[in-house]
Amino acid sequence: MDEARNLSYMFYGFAAAFVILAIYVASLAMRERKLRTEIDRVRRMVEDPAKKQ
Amino acid sequence: MTDTRDRIMLLLTAICAVMLTVSLYKIFLVLPDEANQGAIYRIVYVHVPAIFTGFTGFFVALGGSAAYLATGKLKYDAFAAAVTEVALAFATIVLATGMIWGRIIWGIWWAWDARLTTMLVCWLIYAGYLMLRRAIEEPTQRARLSAVVSIFGCVDILIVWKSIEWWRTQHPAPVLSVRDGGGMGPGMEAPIYWNWLAFMCLAVILVMVRTRQERMAGEIDSLRRMAHSY
Repeated sequence: MDEARNLSYMFYGFAAAFVILAIYVASLAMRERKLRTEIDRVRRMVEDPAKKQ
Repeated sequence: MTDTRDRIMLLLTAICAVMLTVSLYKIFLVLPDEANQGAIYRIVYVHVPAIFTGFTGFFVALGGSAAYLATGKLKYDAFAAAVTEVALAFATIVLATGMIWGRIIWGIWWAWDARLTTMLVCWLIYAGYLMLRRAIEEPTQRARLSAVVSIFGCVDILIVWKSIEWWRTQHPAPVLSVRDGGGMGPGMEAPIYWNWLAFMCLAVILVMVRTRQERMAGEIDSLRRMAHSY
């Protein structure tokens, strides 16, 4: 068995796992930011119905 | 309440970081290569803990879904959705790492054998669960249908789990001693369970974040209804 190829693919395996987790965490962070912006906007809308869109 | 939650998350992050560091040190610097597979066998230390974490999550989500069906309280549905999403991330890791391992050991990325196919079906069911939630706006209908899919998904998990016993598969037979496998050398099995615990800590942190987001989304919905009632 090609030892260098074996090692490379082991690295790819671990990298894939951590990249998937990192992408998921980043997506959570983005969603959190969007939700906070939205909640602020809707709160303002409730406090001042004249600004209702 | 928020302070306590933040402290718990910080504590879990620290535990997870320490466990992963110790475990990775052991995996890469202490344990020898496997006699037949060489270095690539180490993927098992991500692959197996990820599937244990994913399946634990799917079963916890089943509990949340059943609690929703029994009580009708939407907080259980939100919890089930949060756990399912996190569990699906771990299930994705399982498929990705399995394919990379298969490329070296089998010479192919994918085989349509019973274990791999049922696992893909499981992934598709839970991806479908999340897509279904996006497609339905009415909260009670969304919760009821999601709960049904969640229960249906757990049946597939049992098939995935037993597939390597029920059918002859390309996927390796059980190797862990808890399944009477006994196919790993001394000291090689423990890091799997350490990584599982570390992944579980990480999963709990992610579920806490995701549950908070579900609560925020619920608050936005009720604020919108309030704004439109003026």
